[in-house]
Amino acid sequence: MAYIPHTEDERQQMLAAIGVERIDDLYEAVPADFRFPDLDLPEPLSEMEVMDELMALSEANLEVRHVSSFLGAGAYNHFIPSVVDHILRRNEFYTAYTPYQPEISQGTLQSIFEYQSLMCELTGMEVSNASHYDGATALAEAVILALNHHRGKRSKVVLSPTIHPQYRQVVRTYTQGMGLTLTGDEDCENGVDELKALLDEDTTLVAVQYPDFLGNLEDFTALGEAAHAVGALFCVVVNPLALGMLKPPAEFGADVVVGEGQPLGIPVSYGGPYVGIFTTQEKYVRKMAGRLVGETVDVEGKRGYVLTLTPREQHIRREKATSNICTNQGLMALAAVVYLSMMGKHGLRKVAELCYHKAHYAAKRIDELEGYSVWNKKPFFHEFVVQCPRPVAEINEGLLDIDILGGYDLSEEYPQLKDHMLVAVTEMLSKEEIDDFVDALKELSHD
Amino acid sequence: MTEPLIYELSSPGRVAVTLPEPDVPLSDMPAGLVREDLPLPELSEVDVVRHFVRLSQLNYGVDIGLYPLGSCTMKYNPKLNEDAARLTGFAFSHPLQDPETAQGNLALMYSLQEWLKEIGGFAGVSLQPAAGAHGELTGILIIRAYHQDRGDSNRTKILIPDSAHGTNPASTTMSGMEVIEIPSDERGNIDLAALKEQCDECVAGLMLTNPNTLGLFEEHVKEVIDLIHGCGGLVYGDGANMNALLGIVRPGDLGIDVLHYNLHKTFSTPHGGGGPGSGPVGAAEHLVNFLPGPVVGIVEEGDDEQPPLYGLVKPAKSIGRVKAFQGHFGVIVRAYAYMRMQGKSGLRAVSDYAVLNANYLRVKLRDTYTVPFDRICMHEFVAEGHWADAPDIHALDIAKRLMDYGFHPPTNYFPLIVPEALMIEPTETESLRSLDSFVEAMIAIAREAHEDPDLLHGAPHDAPVGRLDEVLAARQLVLCCKPVEVE
Repeated sequence: MAYIPHTEDERQQMLAAIGVERIDDLYEAVPADFRFPDLDLPEPLSEMEVMDELMALSEANLEVRHVSSFLGAGAYNHFIPSVVDHILRRNEFYTAYTPYQPEISQGTLQSIFEYQSLMCELTGMEVSNASHYDGATALAEAVILALNHHRGKRSKVVLSPTIHPQYRQVVRTYTQGMGLTLTGDEDCENGVDELKALLDEDTTLVAVQYPDFLGNLEDFTALGEAAHAVGALFCVVVNPLALGMLKPPAEFGADVVVGEGQPLGIPVSYGGPYVGIFTTQEKYVRKMAGRLVGETVDVEGKRGYVLTLTPREQHIRREKATSNICTNQGLMALAAVVYLSMMGKHGLRKVAELCYHKAHYAAKRIDELEGYSVWNKKPFFHEFVVQCPRPVAEINEGLLDIDILGGYDLSEEYPQLKDHMLVAVTEMLSKEEIDDFVDALKELSHD
Repeated sequence: MTEPLIYELSSPGRVAVTLPEPDVPLSDMPAGLVREDLPLPELSEVDVVRHFVRLSQLNYGVDIGLYPLGSCTMKYNPKLNEDAARLTGFAFSHPLQDPETAQGNLALMYSLQEWLKEIGGFAGVSLQPAAGAHGELTGILIIRAYHQDRGDSNRTKILIPDSAHGTNPASTTMSGMEVIEIPSDERGNIDLAALKEQCDECVAGLMLTNPNTLGLFEEHVKEVIDLIHGCGGLVYGDGANMNALLGIVRPGDLGIDVLHYNLHKTFSTPHGGGGPGSGPVGAAEHLVNFLPGPVVGIVEEGDDEQPPLYGLVKPAKSIGRVKAFQGHFGVIVRAYAYMRMQGKSGLRAVSDYAVLNANYLRVKLRDTYTVPFDRICMHEFVAEGHWADAPDIHALDIAKRLMDYGFHPPTNYFPLIVPEALMIEPTETESLRSLDSFVEAMIAIAREAHEDPDLLHGAPHDAPVGRLDEVLAARQLVLCCKPVEVE
């Protein structure tokens, strides 16, 4: 009976007040044939035993911080200042619910308002919601925003093949009942020109990633213009940390900017929980899904914050809502705000530049190795593709033997990129670790 | 009491974090792609800590007191869970590392899948959905995929009781299907006659919240499920209210085909001020192949010496991924820790005491507040927050006044079928003393409502801010602060 405070006396007293003899009497409405199943579950353990078991499970995993990790592909190992987790552990933040009662939720509301503000600054957009589940679901919600904007009269979505493969899969899952055509990502070499050729009067949204899944950077201004010329919306999926140094997508004419907020102070944590960034221009705000915090005043004129534009939402509009989303990623959005507050103007730029320089150093050295070459022809940020002389899985196995976690094997998601490894370099790697990685690749260039 | 915005605390040149200098030669920056300005605040570490600690102090949380928010299951969040999720092997393992190097994570996920299957009476579970509403969308897409797979594309109607959470109809719309609302009868059950009228060859399924949002166990649950199955439809269970059913009845045994669990409600993971949640989905045998993937499976059986080898497996006819990677793993770890602490007997006790606490409050309050469907409830009940002889008092006034007594208000104005609803869910982690002080406050407020109604209209009096102007917020949208210009 962990976490249940009742004594036997209290239980009797409560049963008497209710007017029943036993707790079992409270379940008369449950069909007797199915009542009280004998569940095949383990018996309870003490806290000490549970912790021992959890530690054993935890220790059975490889940790990115115990090796030199070159694995990214949408989840990145960055430095997280201690302050971030100390704030997340404030029980006033983590044991609170969605701030429906603003008078006693100003901490949550103001920190979300600050999150929205910081996301707008990073992306250059005018409005941000309080967050989505992750980058993938944020992209799916961008598609839904576009469909709503066109009142369901357009049915084609153009997706760049270098958007994270799992994000594209999620878009397909979300939209499977909507009768849409999703195109553009059939060939991994489809670039801006090929995507432009697909745009027409039926296109509701075109989406690209920046930096893209294969690390590339490019100016998408022409694609944005082409999208607008046919009345389509233009969405850019970002890595927010890269925006510490890169031109914000608003400058390319983006209508929606989404992305995975994990690099902003959230550990890789085997895939979640992270935070989905969703920003747009003010003219689309009423079509945007998700929670939104706005500034107002209280009865005495004091500044305060509330959830606003709630009439868009499911609990009021029900089947006519912009989306079914009910929560945001409150605590993870808080992590991003605290991280950005700690990093500040100079820190975020410095982290981004450290990633950039280290990645370029690694790429240059790898490109000099016999049998290896850097595939990227365009500028890249902190991730790049290496053409390898052997299957990536074999190389990674050899790397792991010397405590190096190799890059992501692209062969499954991009058959044209067989024997290609996606290498991520963050500020967490030293020159020495990069040199060791390069030396190991050289050693592993043949059996 | 107000706290300045983070930008208002900024001073040019102030730095919180120290970072190493580059140890590699510098490369040229990408031409034309570098941003000119990065308008983030500039603060010291102390500034940041004090700002967020002060903000936290403006919040109410479960660790401060009773949080009887109906349908949200605001139970105590064990501290062990928080430590567990931060164990470095969990927090610092990468979602794309070779599954052979993540066997601890996969074993944990596999166990949780198995336990959730057993608790709900299902043949398979996917831990991928990120929240309850996300689990709902998943469930509805599974129902759609099942009919499509049988070549039956005429089934486009989803029947939803009028007491359902708003997410039910919204999820249905997202799946491309049509919502048909079913009324409740005078005992708070689904109106069987109205349901029968809708049962035809166009029904894809029914979304059933049981116990329903009145906190009542559906008295004709078998008839309802049989009617839907009888016309070829499937039944989706909204597991938001599973806290009442642990070891009491398994939704799968009743014939529910697919159901989502809320780890952040039933399994004690924190609500985090609005997330992250986790909404695993359980499916009956005929739907297992449609679950979102990957799920965790055993790829090589173990023996006495060797544990089994776990891997990530995509179900054969999967609806696809509903999010990137493996779900909210950090939340999954917390739920695992809770399950281990509770075990079989503890889980049963959770439901027993949740139901006991709710019924205790119901009988203690029913002489003061109208309880419109006054029969034995499950883990929550709904009262009306108004009186004929105090016509100016509304549920909102009672909710706000409760803050002055040190309590979080109940859910108000939901479910929609009860006027001025106050939906009260104490959870099992509240003691008798805590319940009694809530009852005292509610009775005192009822007295104030009749004797000094302005006291309620002006409430809260002791909160960090007074009632906020929501109309102004919606009319003059201020959704972000512009950086403060410093002279």
